[in-house]
Amino acid sequence: MKQLQGLGVFPQLTIGPVYVFRPATCDVTAAHITEPENEYARFDTARRQAQAELHQLYQKTLDKNGEESAAIFDIHQLMLDDADFLQSVRDFIYNDTYNAAYAVEKTGEKFAQLFAQMDDDYMKARAADVQDISHRVVRILCGKTDTPDSLQTPSVIVAEDLTPSQIVLFDEKYILGFVTAKGTANSHAAILAHTKGLAAIVSMGPEVLSLVNGQTVILDGEHGTLTVDPDTTTLKKAQQQLQAQQKQQAALQALKGTPDQTKDGRSVLLYANVSTAQELHDALQADARGIGLFRTEFLYLKSATYPTEEELFNVYRDVVQHMQGKLVVFRTLDIGADKTAPYFNLPDEENPALGLRAIRLCLTRPELFKPQLRALLRASAFGKTAIMYPMIASVSEVQQAQNILAQVKQELRQARIAFDENIQTGIMIETPAAALISDELAPLVDFFSIGTNDLTQYTCALDRQNQNLSVFTDTHHPAVLKLIALTAKNAHAAGKWVGICGELAADRTLTKTFLQMGIDELSVSAPFILPLRQAIQQTDLRQAD
Amino acid sequence: MKEFTYVIQDPAGIHARPAGILVKQANTFKSTIRITKADKVGDLKRIFSVMALGAKQGDTVTLHIEGEDEEQAASAIEACLKENF
Repeated sequence: MKQLQGLGVFPQLTIGPVYVFRPATCDVTAAHITEPENEYARFDTARRQAQAELHQLYQKTLDKNGEESAAIFDIHQLMLDDADFLQSVRDFIYNDTYNAAYAVEKTGEKFAQLFAQMDDDYMKARAADVQDISHRVVRILCGKTDTPDSLQTPSVIVAEDLTPSQIVLFDEKYILGFVTAKGTANSHAAILAHTKGLAAIVSMGPEVLSLVNGQTVILDGEHGTLTVDPDTTTLKKAQQQLQAQQKQQAALQALKGTPDQTKDGRSVLLYANVSTAQELHDALQADARGIGLFRTEFLYLKSATYPTEEELFNVYRDVVQHMQGKLVVFRTLDIGADKTAPYFNLPDEENPALGLRAIRLCLTRPELFKPQLRALLRASAFGKTAIMYPMIASVSEVQQAQNILAQVKQELRQARIAFDENIQTGIMIETPAAALISDELAPLVDFFSIGTNDLTQYTCALDRQNQNLSVFTDTHHPAVLKLIALTAKNAHAAGKWVGICGELAADRTLTKTFLQMGIDELSVSAPFILPLRQAIQQTDLRQAD
Repeated sequence: MKEFTYVIQDPAGIHARPAGILVKQANTFKSTIRITKADKVGDLKRIFSVMALGAKQGDTVTLHIEGEDEEQAASAIEACLKENF
């Protein structure tokens, strides 16, 4: 038995076998071969294996996200069957007597060049697709696997770190929890753990990567400890804890349908943060009373070009209809140089967190902003919808955004297209500037939603992706709490409602503080809804702290 | 030999997804199928070749189809172009 210590990011306990995910890295060096026929046969076997992987990825993405997103894996298959591509590999093997891996790598570079030189930005970006397929074949030639295909039982996933594209490779039903050697509370694995309610530990150190698949571990996401090969006593104790946890979960389930009200009768709107249809489903399952933050980036990030108004409308309408009259607050596009898709052609920035992002990008690209606003307005005809602008720092930004919205409304009226004339608009308060001038901003909108993650990062000048800064981070920093209190006060003075949609909203140790400040709405990811309801119901504002 | 021209209507031009549909369609026929744009010639059965044409909205492409099933191929390819581009 041994114990490893990391940073727990979701307070759950789980027990199970380990599955170590090792993404492939291959050194491709040129070597000369003597039997080109055998070498080509090796390539062909690897190619067929790659085709099989791509076919699986296609099916999986199709089931999860639909044809639009899956199509890329179909194109990759066609590319791997392309006669010119195959001929080039054949030439490198037969004429230059190169080894298969090098021949594929060279061919990939050659075809990527072909696209990179085209005068069309879309085609230029396809160079990445060509490299993707050649890397896939090279990886297989090196005898390495990148897909967790061998994961067949629910396991604790261990990895150095996990990118979003790696995470989609996993079948959710086999994920008991995550442990990553690197990463911070904000890495993708941690975010996924939060949305799914899974036990997770990050920043565990490289030692964890030497675990062997199948070894039993106890993952304690609350204390950040991973116990490997536990002895009988420890295992028994953990199993009891697990049972207690399951009991607590059952108690939480019993809170479904009960009101979000404190002991002294103060009501709170308990809403959910979601990004995808699956999370929407999870939120409704957890009995969310509305959606306080619908992130709209997803459709843009997985697309190969700007999604059309029609595509956006279809998704938004489905979401709104699904909510059956409950409010959905859509945050308009929140994209920047650190979170973008190639077709946006955003220049690299030294400080993307302070760069051309979110509302700033939308105001400079009305051709991007207007179709989204049109789609949102049209969706509002089908259910209770609100529009929220992110990353506001000045009065003029809100005015400009509202002017564009007014134009779009006018166009819809002229075209006799239905929308909700009383649609609410709001802004995110996530810059210290916005919080400090919230008295001037309040008259321009119907509501505020405080994004505590960015507000903390900007107020304390602490990069939230930088793992070396964790020791300096105070999640309850008094400056942030003062800004929240000020924002709430100014919203109410103007008769507007105010919510919190950042991670702090889920922090049960702050629930009473927030309610004392007068916060009207708390929006959290699905797994936090019922625990937060419990905290609200246990709060009594008449009692002194 | 069958020959016809088509003007690309799709604002995105011949991008990856519909190009894939076109190439798959072409591969169901025995005939040789060439697609030309100005002085560039591509093989409609090869995805890289088709994408490398870089055909955009408003470009005229010409299809040359030759082989035993050229009749069926020509009408199927034309329908496919109209539907996807």
